[in-house]
Amino acid sequence: MPATLLDRLWALHRIGPAGGGQDLIHIDRILLHDLSGARALTEVAEKGYAIPNPGLAFATPDHAVSSAPGRTAETFAKGAGGVKALREGAARHGIRLFDLGEDGQGIVHVMGPELGIVLPGLSVICGDSHTCTNGGLGALAFGVGSSELAHALATQTLRVAKPRSMRIRFEGAFPAGTTAKDAVLAAIGRLGAGAGAGYAVEWAGSAVRALPVEARLTLCNLTIELGARIGFVAPDERVFEWVAGRDLAPKGEMWERAVAHWRTLRSDDDAVFDAEQVIDAGTVAPQVTWGTSPEHVIPVDATIPDPKDAPDATRRRAWEEALAYQGLEPGRPIAGTPIDWVFIGSCTNARLSDLREAAALLRGRRVAAGVTAWVVPGSVRVKREAEAEGLDRVFTEAGFAWREPGCSLCVAANGEAVPPGARCVSTSNRNFVGRQGRGARTHLASPAMAAAAAVAGRIVDVRSFAP
Amino acid sequence: MTPFTTVTGPAAPLLRPNIDTDVIIRVERLVGTTRAEMGAHAFEVWRRRADGSEDPEFVLNREPFRRAPILLAGPNFGCGSSREGAVWALAGAGIRAVIAPSFSDIFAANALQNGLLPVVLPEATVRRLAAAVERAPSEALVTVDLERCVVVGPEGDVHRFEIDPARREALLAGLDDIGLTLREAGAIAAWQERDRAARPWVWLA
Repeated sequence: MPATLLDRLWALHRIGPAGGGQDLIHIDRILLHDLSGARALTEVAEKGYAIPNPGLAFATPDHAVSSAPGRTAETFAKGAGGVKALREGAARHGIRLFDLGEDGQGIVHVMGPELGIVLPGLSVICGDSHTCTNGGLGALAFGVGSSELAHALATQTLRVAKPRSMRIRFEGAFPAGTTAKDAVLAAIGRLGAGAGAGYAVEWAGSAVRALPVEARLTLCNLTIELGARIGFVAPDERVFEWVAGRDLAPKGEMWERAVAHWRTLRSDDDAVFDAEQVIDAGTVAPQVTWGTSPEHVIPVDATIPDPKDAPDATRRRAWEEALAYQGLEPGRPIAGTPIDWVFIGSCTNARLSDLREAAALLRGRRVAAGVTAWVVPGSVRVKREAEAEGLDRVFTEAGFAWREPGCSLCVAANGEAVPPGARCVSTSNRNFVGRQGRGARTHLASPAMAAAAAVAGRIVDVRSFAP
Repeated sequence: MTPFTTVTGPAAPLLRPNIDTDVIIRVERLVGTTRAEMGAHAFEVWRRRADGSEDPEFVLNREPFRRAPILLAGPNFGCGSSREGAVWALAGAGIRAVIAPSFSDIFAANALQNGLLPVVLPEATVRRLAAAVERAPSEALVTVDLERCVVVGPEGDVHRFEIDPARREALLAGLDDIGLTLREAGAIAAWQERDRAARPWVWLA
């Protein structure tokens, strides 16, 4: 019987049936941050449960911490309680914490793969919907709420129904200027923000196999914006090479055994999926969102859609409200729209490769007058490596602020926000109403598109912007 | 967890697609706020205007929906962030059940952990319920009956819904999942013992 990668990953972690349509599955890694992680640790303590496998859990503060240079947990005073609860809970149970100012701290989905905490084939959860990012290494990774997080801490398992399988293949090659971010935004635009609900998505096809590992992390990161809790790419030699030597990756003979196992983690050629989509990679142009859902996305050379062309009355109203919130008029080209802010950061696009991509456009250029531009590296290590290459100087000389690692303006939980009415081109993952601050207007795009917009002072087609 | 058996009351129509958890509760309300306090902040971006005053147009600011125990919503309800605060906020605002054509997987899982029932009905049925409610807001009551797995509309129309039998039992009894799973401790330990031999690299320390 041919099997999908989902079948294999599921079978690998299934302890048994859990009643109804659910299985009891083993959780190999639990990641904790200062909001949901701190709450789950508190809940476990309040209910008096033990944490039997603290060595499989890791903690780092990222959400409600300032990104200001020289920051401490107290810089954003309201977030200090969460950091304190995370520190105390981790210390109480013997969970390894990568604290502010320490090597290893960072956005949880950046530091997890970077330190080798996350490996191919592992089941990974975090109280954060972008846990699917880790699928870029071939992990079975998904976001949960605080209650399920507490359940996993206390039992090392979850009760969960096996999702249906969906394969999305990008065949051919992405054109110059098109990144993994554009590819996944284009898929969300074509299929819809709810298309993946109930599914695990395997990203596949020749264009995906050709993507570097960090780009695969970006691709999988936005799987949740398609509605699917889980997204992954079958791990291959590129992944093994990327993982080799990382702090917590297996070494020596254990490494050989692990790689031999990881090589079996793929869908059979004749595997049948519950749903399958094929996208011609050559048709994917650089994307930018215009509205307040990631499905409100168009190629940067397109015009802003007209609600009268919406597929149904519900969506027509949603489009009208989105345009009103965003202060945009239908029928006009999106390129040329003046902007106020640029944010390069988040678990989507704050890895070293993302910063290199943005910096390549910024060398010898200046941020346009009136534009506030920030770079928030994804982790302490990303920051350090970028500084070793001189990328920080490229950014600061162009007029960007170079800040400390964390979620920052992606989720605006740390007192940092795009002001009401201001328009921000952002490399993050959500353009929801108020996401980057009350009344803030978000346009999601790739790091290169964001850097180009910073220089131009307006949304601009990166392909017309020679580096 | 509060058991869920039957809930009857006004059903607030909010038929937008893709209502995300950032809109249900703003992220800053998750910082330094207890669960009990979150109800006051449910849907604040729609509920309140920029000056902080209530927007009288918003459905949950209108009688009889102000404390409606049921919400009628569009597809992909609860998409976006995994924050369980979205469920705590709805529950704190008095909402016991959300009826929608589809839910985000994470929101639905979080809801079930907290005795808030996500009811999936076809889009046309949700629209029909909303239309009936809008015609006679003060008299039109909706019932969500988990024992019979039906929604009864204001016109006596009966709509069956599906729910996993194990989940239904847990909701009816208000059972906590952790206690249930810990009964399997022996099976979990045996599985882990085998896994340590099969995948030793997974087991750090």
